[in-house]
Amino acid sequence: MNAPVPEIAAAADAKLGASISVRRLNVTYPNGFTAVTDASFELDPGTICALVGVNGSGKSTIFKAIMGFVRPTAGEVRLCGLTVGEALKRNIVAYVPQSEDVDWNFPVLVETVVMMGRYGHMNFLRMASRADRYKVDEALERVGMSEYRKRQIGELSGGQKKRVFLARALAQEGRIILLDEPFTGVDVKTEAAIVGLLRELRASGHLMLVSTHNLGSVPDFCDHVVLLNRTVLAAGPTAEVFTQKNLELAFGGVLRNFQLGGAALHDDADARSVTVLTDDERPLVLYGDKHSRRQEPDGE
Amino acid sequence: MSALLAELLIPFDYGYMLKAMWVSALVGGVCAFLSAYLMLKGWSLMGDALAHSIVPGVAAAAILGAPFAVGAFFAGILASVAMNFVKQKSRLREDAVIGLVFTALFALGLLMASIWPTSVSIQTIVLGNILAIADEDVVQVAIIAGVSLAVMLLVWKDMMVTFFDENHARSIGINTTFLKGLFFTLLSACTVAALQTVGACLVIAMVVTPGATAYLLTDRFGRLIVISVALGVTTSFVGAYISYFLDGATGGVIVCLQTLLFLAAFFFAPKHGVLASRRRRQAAIEAAA
Repeated sequence: MNAPVPEIAAAADAKLGASISVRRLNVTYPNGFTAVTDASFELDPGTICALVGVNGSGKSTIFKAIMGFVRPTAGEVRLCGLTVGEALKRNIVAYVPQSEDVDWNFPVLVETVVMMGRYGHMNFLRMASRADRYKVDEALERVGMSEYRKRQIGELSGGQKKRVFLARALAQEGRIILLDEPFTGVDVKTEAAIVGLLRELRASGHLMLVSTHNLGSVPDFCDHVVLLNRTVLAAGPTAEVFTQKNLELAFGGVLRNFQLGGAALHDDADARSVTVLTDDERPLVLYGDKHSRRQEPDGE
Repeated sequence: MSALLAELLIPFDYGYMLKAMWVSALVGGVCAFLSAYLMLKGWSLMGDALAHSIVPGVAAAAILGAPFAVGAFFAGILASVAMNFVKQKSRLREDAVIGLVFTALFALGLLMASIWPTSVSIQTIVLGNILAIADEDVVQVAIIAGVSLAVMLLVWKDMMVTFFDENHARSIGINTTFLKGLFFTLLSACTVAALQTVGACLVIAMVVTPGATAYLLTDRFGRLIVISVALGVTTSFVGAYISYFLDGATGGVIVCLQTLLFLAAFFFAPKHGVLASRRRRQAAIEAAA
């Protein structure tokens, strides 16, 4: 037997690591509002999972519970088998914020933001070592933002802003990456680039949990889906969970849902139909009850 | 000529003037350090609220003969606890809660000072009295400012991440609740110190203006702190010095100086100034034409 190549061994190690386990989670806020009841799901390494639900369905509460921002009233969250606190100390979780949550006027340069991803690896004075600087360069290079490193973050376009925070997550080297609405305000080209990057990370064993409104792109790049409405309505592989029936359950009357078929599409009666489900972003289009696979954008 | 020079050096011959200048500079520097953070979060008025809220503590300390700083510190804590409590338990907006709590405490302080006018003067509290500062107060102020400065130098980067992106700060294991608590503790302590130099009404300027000025001059947070502290130290030192000649309230002179520098940055800052924006706009219009 040959000894495993170190890189492969490291990847295997990471594969063992990245997992999220939410068991019977209940969260009630101090003001008495119960945001999530009895929510459970399990995610394994090498996964891109969409967290889908209407506003107020508990998406951000689940994120907060994973980040340790809210304490479960009952149940528990385990990351890589560790408690949230232990996992955070080990830099396992990286967070890519929603653009609206960032103060873009904050006086920091692009490279400073990415360097913040390294802080967890530094001593308490946060002095950057040569290795830290190298990781920052590498992360900026990987998202194609090297030439903008000396810009103040507010001077960037929507897509560039997103990429800065992705670079920070890369520099942090977290095995679990939480992305909050990563495609809001992002052009199609950047979206393709982000999706490409997420796929690469999946291949190397990372676990990504993506909160999104963008229903149409979910089947494109998410292999798993967790559907929320104050609890987990359904969780599992996209093909099984992301169905019209489940989506109607999750979105109730909120979703625009129209079906084109029969005489509306053809002169003759035809049993085939097209269903369009949408809230405010790209619609989900179902042919019969199958997902339409968008053409993969050419790699750029 | 030499007569003029001698005249200008007079303040340095007086012990009380030297003391006033150095203490002001120290306090001005630390407050400016904190101002770099405070103005970024839309919390500027928290500084004002704190300064007014600690007045009853100061009055109580004077009446009981306890150290100035102790009374102020407890009043500051009482104020933040009260604000948080009212905010969490009611549906009032934050600004209303702050306005409610700080004016209530300020009124209480003024009431106490007017009932026992012999032990504490309203004028000292409201306007500060750095020229007559007692030696034990100098020690208190120096300790507060020195400790705050040391702590901030150690945690300035963690504090920056916490203020910039609290979720990320938490994800790398920073205890953001502790840091925010620490920040407000230092802020209350430095507010107490600044109370002696510029008085309750003008403390807000010390913890806002230098940071706001530096904000217009740089896009790097590290430099922002350096510029802000430099401005705070210089204006406070020079302000105390000038107040000797003008025979005016030290606080007023210091804050006027800070405001002058702010206005200069507001108009002439190379990138974020009014004139620079106008030039850029002009250039854009010409390029389009």
